Amino acid sequence: MTRRLGLVLPILLIIAWEVVAIIVNNPFFLPKPEAVIPVLLSPFSDILGTGSLVDNAVVSIERVILGFGIAAAVAIPLGIGMGRFAVLNDFFDVTLELLRPIPPLAWVPLALAWFKIGIVSIVFVIFIGAVFPILLNTVDGVRGVKNTWVEVGTTLGASERQILSKVILPGAAPTIWTGLRVGFGIAWMCVVAAEILPGPTSGLGYLIMYAYNLGQINVIIAGIIVIGLIGLTIDQGFKAVEKRWFGWRRLER
Amino acid sequence: MTLVVRDVSRTFSSGNGEPVVALTNVSFSVSDKEFICILGPSGCGKTTVLRIIAGLESVSSGSILLNGVPVTRPCPKMAMIFQEYSLFPWRTVEENIAFGLELRGVKKPDRLSIEEKYLDLVGLKGFEHRFPYELSGGMRQRVAVARALAIEPSILLMDEPFGALDAQTRNRMQHELLHIWEKTQKTILFVTHSVDEAVFLADRIVVMTHRPGKIKEIVTIPGTRPRDRTSEEFGQVRRHLLDMIREESDPIQ
Repeated sequence: MTRRLGLVLPILLIIAWEVVAIIVNNPFFLPKPEAVIPVLLSPFSDILGTGSLVDNAVVSIERVILGFGIAAAVAIPLGIGMGRFAVLNDFFDVTLELLRPIPPLAWVPLALAWFKIGIVSIVFVIFIGAVFPILLNTVDGVRGVKNTWVEVGTTLGASERQILSKVILPGAAPTIWTGLRVGFGIAWMCVVAAEILPGPTSGLGYLIMYAYNLGQINVIIAGIIVIGLIGLTIDQGFKAVEKRWFGWRRLER
Repeated sequence: MTLVVRDVSRTFSSGNGEPVVALTNVSFSVSDKEFICILGPSGCGKTTVLRIIAGLESVSSGSILLNGVPVTRPCPKMAMIFQEYSLFPWRTVEENIAFGLELRGVKKPDRLSIEEKYLDLVGLKGFEHRFPYELSGGMRQRVAVARALAIEPSILLMDEPFGALDAQTRNRMQHELLHIWEKTQKTILFVTHSVDEAVFLADRIVVMTHRPGKIKEIVTIPGTRPRDRTSEEFGQVRRHLLDMIREESDPIQ
């Protein structure tokens, strides 16, 4: 019932869009849904010489996976270290707290200066966007591991390495996963934003900016919808895994 | 197998830097297959004694000797059972019981028979694939007992294991613990603040005084098991212990 209720507003919005588009009657301001739907329905055909929707989506997804992957590879081990050893936390904490409030996009000019126009700059910006939520959640998750669990492990004969792999990691996993989910959401926003900025010649962000330059508002809207749908799908994927693997945390009394 | 606690003292530093004496000159010895209860008011350091024996905490002076060998770190001859919430919530009952064996690299087929043996002993056959959140408090503590027994220690250290259970479940768990004790021939050190529990379970009761914790008296409980909680003999011992505890408790409480 709630799911069906949730569909009412999107349908109303589409109707409203149609009505407003008819009243405005200007495809360079607001095209009708009929002008956007064909773009969405032929995702494999070339758009304005920039490749298809799918081509551009694949490029964006690749960039995100790269930046996000590096962020996770850095943030998870560092977060575990910081969560477990106060000395590491004390060493890194101040620096990270200083860097964290800087919006990822503020790094773009510097990234361009350092890495020139190209994939490295984009991946760098995505990395900056994704690394903090993953790191903070990992630290939190590790700290949330009950001391009793660690002591049970120790009294049953676990080595420090086994404590890490069999107690700390599984105990912190749900929180780390939340960090990955949030991090991926931010990474996805960063890739689109980074592609809109000067430089790239592919990707969904580039596609919608290019469509803007050509006045193709219907392509912009189609692009935005695809960006949203991909973000939604990935988030749902993260949620599904969370429910299946980490259900214990929610159910634990 | 003999366990000797020799002249153990322990001083903690409190928040304001002043030393807090938790234990002074605690000495007693435990013989093979004996059931010892450590009884005392809250804050008397009885849990600290147990944690020191388990190797989870260090002594300020004195020593713990197991067959004449000093114990300074957790040792596989002793397994600890904690008050509550010690199960790994991401593992099923079976996987929790197998934990210690897994740490030793025992292969799955070899683990299975041991798991089954202890699952059966604690009366949880049929629950092997359940998760801790699906179990009642009493059942969780049974799993904790089975998990400790699975590494086949000679001594079980139990820290108020039934403290969080309701009265009925608690009585039942006490009966079953005695049954397990007789069947497995373990030595048990059991910390409790319940006079009733101590008198029902123990061969000898180590009574501790309020801060700084030291031994007030070691009481040998006469009579054969199962003990009748309503008998006159039982009542006399209880009265003696209750008087002692009352003297020791904080006047405000």
